[in-house]
Amino acid sequence: MKISLVEYDAGNLPSVERALARQGLETERVATPEAIRAAETLILPGVGHFGQLMRTLSARGLTAPLREVIERGTPLLGICLGLQALFTESDEAPGDAGLSIFAGRVVALPPTDKLPHMGWNQLRRVRPSVLLEGVPPDAYFYFAHTYAALNAGEAAVALCDHAALFVAALERGNLFAVQFHPEKSGDMGARVLANFVAHARTSSRS
Amino acid sequence: MTLARRIIPCLDTDGERVVKGVNFVNLRDAGDPAALAARYNQEGADELVVLDIAASRDHRPTFLETIRRVAAELAIPLTAGGGVATVDDGRAILRAGADKLTVNTAALRRPALLTELAAEFGSQAVVLAIDAKRVGDRWEAFVRGGHDPTGCDAVAWAKEGASCGAGEILLTSMDRDGTRSGFDLALTSAVSTSVSVPVIASGGADTPADFLAVFVEGRADAALAASIFHDAVQGLGELKRFLASKNVPVRLT
Repeated sequence: MKISLVEYDAGNLPSVERALARQGLETERVATPEAIRAAETLILPGVGHFGQLMRTLSARGLTAPLREVIERGTPLLGICLGLQALFTESDEAPGDAGLSIFAGRVVALPPTDKLPHMGWNQLRRVRPSVLLEGVPPDAYFYFAHTYAALNAGEAAVALCDHAALFVAALERGNLFAVQFHPEKSGDMGARVLANFVAHARTSSRS
Repeated sequence: MTLARRIIPCLDTDGERVVKGVNFVNLRDAGDPAALAARYNQEGADELVVLDIAASRDHRPTFLETIRRVAAELAIPLTAGGGVATVDDGRAILRAGADKLTVNTAALRRPALLTELAAEFGSQAVVLAIDAKRVGDRWEAFVRGGHDPTGCDAVAWAKEGASCGAGEILLTSMDRDGTRSGFDLALTSAVSTSVSVPVIASGGADTPADFLAVFVEGRADAALAASIFHDAVQGLGELKRFLASKNVPVRLT
């Protein structure tokens, strides 16, 4: 199974590629509507600015295909900004529409703690999770962000607490997203990526 | 559930090889950056910093290749810098595989550079490096690898830099750098309590007690060291277990 990484200018693409390559997985970069529609398994990596990401996706005609494949149930993992992009809008770029898979606004974390939320933090599990299968409850993951989704309804599987309680991981059917960077989170991050890929394999066979 | 304090090994390079010096002078070879990166990744480093302390234009392609080689060894974040003067310099460093870039001299000369870098890459990717030296009853920021005084107050500059868009401050005490006499706690605390962004303390690390002090008294969010890790004077795992035993939140691997 090949994993397709959505390519746009500001991304953490190479580190995601390396993390998957370490597990012996084959990846390709996709940047056209056709390639996204044809993909078996997708990862939407993300570092940078919400508005810039949404405008780039839109300029390349990728917004509609991404929504289509998510609705169709193609396994997709959003990382960091790739989680935020699933929501309706963000404080970071008022006026730029997100993919709107989840209703709600991504907000600026309040300045009650140091920001950006930068470094390794633990998760609070709220329900059983595919991504976090086999990950010890006290495991640390690497975060680097200032904006966050505070609510994802039933989809939230883990929260994190820094300045506010926010969504650290969400799952709904074949759609997955994490606010942390699994590709930068050592062995625990590798486990999360492996869990996503294993799930995608099963779902493509069924 | 608390954000862990980070332990960050630093590779000072001449662009290609890791070098060591005391107070920014008398440099000598300390190994291959990719080999050291692989070791620190394995031993539980929370992040890695690689700096080009020569930062000459001619050597830039060599340093970018070093970043690529180092990044290939890591499953943890990488910060790289040295001589970043433009948004294009920053882009080259991030494209080579770094997650964050450091900027020092050029930002002090033109603080708007921080704003431009943050607009392009996000604040979380922009680390303002400040080399500070005690002058009378305050600390002064120095530039060009610690060569040139600026007359600029280091604490005030840290505040301004953060408000211009820096997402993190890498604060080096020039007085302590390479001396193994402990972090400058007063400097670190003065900066850390003045800014709303994380502060990485650097310069002077020797014993586990020094790290405990810089997190507790110095209020640092992260602590950086080079020679004690390179020489295996201090093991990363052992250091973190000590900190955990003193109730400092750290990531144990």
